[in-house]
Amino acid sequence: MAANRKKPRLGVWKFASCDGCQLTLLDCEDDLLAVAGAVDIAYFPEATRAEISGRYDLSLVEGSITTPHDAERIHAIRRRSRKLITIGACATAGGIQALRNFADVQAYTSVVYARPDYIETLATSTAIADHVPVDFELRGCPISGRQLIEVIAAFLVGRRPVTPAHSVCVECKLRGTVCVMVAHGTPCLGPVTHAGCGAICPAYNRGCYGCYGPMESPNPVSLSHGLAALGMDARALQRVYRTFNANAPAFRDESARHGK
Amino acid sequence: MALSRQSVLTVDGLDALIGKLRERGYRVIGPSVRDHAIVYDDIGDVADLPRGWTDEQDAGQYRLRRRDDDALFGYVVGPQSWKKYLHPPHVALWRARRTGKDVRIEPAPEPTERLALLGVRSCELHAIAIQDRVLLSGAHVDPGYRARREAAFIVAVNCGVTGGTCFCVSMRTGPKVDAGADIALTEIVTAGERVFVLETGSDKGAALLADLPHRWASAAEIAEAKAVVARAAAAMGRDLAADDVPELLLRNLEHPRWDDVAQRCLTCGNCTMVCPTCFCTTVEDTSSLDGTETARTQRWDSCFTMDFSYIHGGSVRTSSRSRYRQWMTHKLATWHQQFGTSGCVGCGRCITWCPVGIDITEEVRAIRAGSRAEGDRHGD
Ligand code: SF4
Ligand code: SF4
Ligand code: SF4
Repeated sequence: MAANRKKPRLGVWKFASCDGCQLTLLDCEDDLLAVAGAVDIAYFPEATRAEISGRYDLSLVEGSITTPHDAERIHAIRRRSRKLITIGACATAGGIQALRNFADVQAYTSVVYARPDYIETLATSTAIADHVPVDFELRGCPISGRQLIEVIAAFLVGRRPVTPAHSVCVECKLRGTVCVMVAHGTPCLGPVTHAGCGAICPAYNRGCYGCYGPMESPNPVSLSHGLAALGMDARALQRVYRTFNANAPAFRDESARHGK
Repeated sequence: MALSRQSVLTVDGLDALIGKLRERGYRVIGPSVRDHAIVYDDIGDVADLPRGWTDEQDAGQYRLRRRDDDALFGYVVGPQSWKKYLHPPHVALWRARRTGKDVRIEPAPEPTERLALLGVRSCELHAIAIQDRVLLSGAHVDPGYRARREAAFIVAVNCGVTGGTCFCVSMRTGPKVDAGADIALTEIVTAGERVFVLETGSDKGAALLADLPHRWASAAEIAEAKAVVARAAAAMGRDLAADDVPELLLRNLEHPRWDDVAQRCLTCGNCTMVCPTCFCTTVEDTSSLDGTETARTQRWDSCFTMDFSYIHGGSVRTSSRSRYRQWMTHKLATWHQQFGTSGCVGCGRCITWCPVGIDITEEVRAIRAGSRAEGDRHGD
């Protein structure tokens, strides 16, 4: 960037989420100054107090849509944003709170809250892309700081980010991890899960939990046969796909095959 | 391998071999137990080798097991192949820096490390020869591979056991080392004693042997070394009648079995990552936040990914059927046309390390069973 060119304005927006993905940006200690140098952080409630105003060259959106108010707010943000990138499992798939999509929300609110009539909520938790056009989706629960920096850097020069959509297995093999499924008989979602974390769990002898959601061409039906052979029953299979990316279609459909 | 007169090393002699290689400036890589598997890792001395361990392998399954003896090489091949070292998963290619209007491109330095690979099996030597043909012959030589390859010292081991997924006999790639090694060992384990019958295959190998405590092998030891390999050859876990396979597959590009395997295949890419001959790479370009620096890195790629066949506007092979078929027909059929040999050396890794146990030998059998008649060739 030429020094005198106006820096792009960045907005970081929050919907239903735990803030973990926004915090990932603050955790990028080494790169944070470089980010602040490259963009004008115009709205970022976790880090600054600025008001919503004007247009944003890049909006990073965290969280899912769970209330009628948010369903409207996301349209306002989209209108103000030149590029809109969703970050994290909530924003890209509805998050863990999408478990409500499999349940009766009214029944829950009436049990949990003293005055359920104060609660205004939608019956579902849905991804941002279900409501407005999204320019790029960054996966993960939480997202990887390395990938977030890569996405911002790519946006700044107008290139495609390097965030491959292949399986976690490829990452396992790139780092030389011994496959926990084949060598230990540990159930693993890696073959159907989108890369990005760097295959952390198998490197610590755990199966992949599917934090990054479905990979580009998932085949969970076949994987489930393999997981069943390792001892998972229908209940376990239904639950294994029903976590942070429960509402991602490939995981949602597969969990439904094993029970309502 | 042009046979030298055979010698015998004791376990201490093998330790000396590792020591001498290290003295000569080699980084010695060999088998070692990690995470319940025998992987290839840095070796300091014989104590790092998988003494008394073996592996049990079947489709989609690998288990580390205790042997009832102290054999050092009493296992087959593990999750990794030597390409991890000779053709590594990530290789930096160049960086570019911009200062004002000036752009400077700095190529990554060529590797200077000298690798000694210890415990290389016959199928693996054939796989290295295949990667040599791909990466070193023709107009486009991979300079990094060439540097690593030319500096490498290879200590091969003739197989004394075979795995449940091995089929080198079918592919004529083993189990006896026939070329490509500086030194080849055969481990003989008898009650109380372990010795290695040794042949040298190069001047480098002979020079190293001259520095090691050794004696000439007896007729009985030579006979036993031969018998060890013969027993392994007779105990192959799998087979693949290979001679007519190129024709068979190309005649059956619309065989219903491709749909069947597509139901099972996860397109996870494990088979290509573990295959010692798969050589495909992609490049990843990154840039710094301030836009003044860019870098290009080479990374292993797989024909099972969508990006692999991405051309302007989209991927050519979107179905798992087309991806599995591409992989298998390249390995077993079109590789012949392209490089003059099969692309498969029968190591069995793709069978063992496929999470759902898809077996290339079984797929060939199934296609053979419902094959179109000869001459009735058509594809899509
Ligand atoms: S451990 Fe899991 S993610 Fe890694 S290769 Fe095995 S199945 Fe794939
Ligand atoms: S195709 Fe399979 S058996 Fe053949 S060389 Fe590759 S990994 Fe080994
Ligand atoms: S054949 Fe097996 S290892 Fe290869 S991509 Fe398919 S499921 Fe993965």
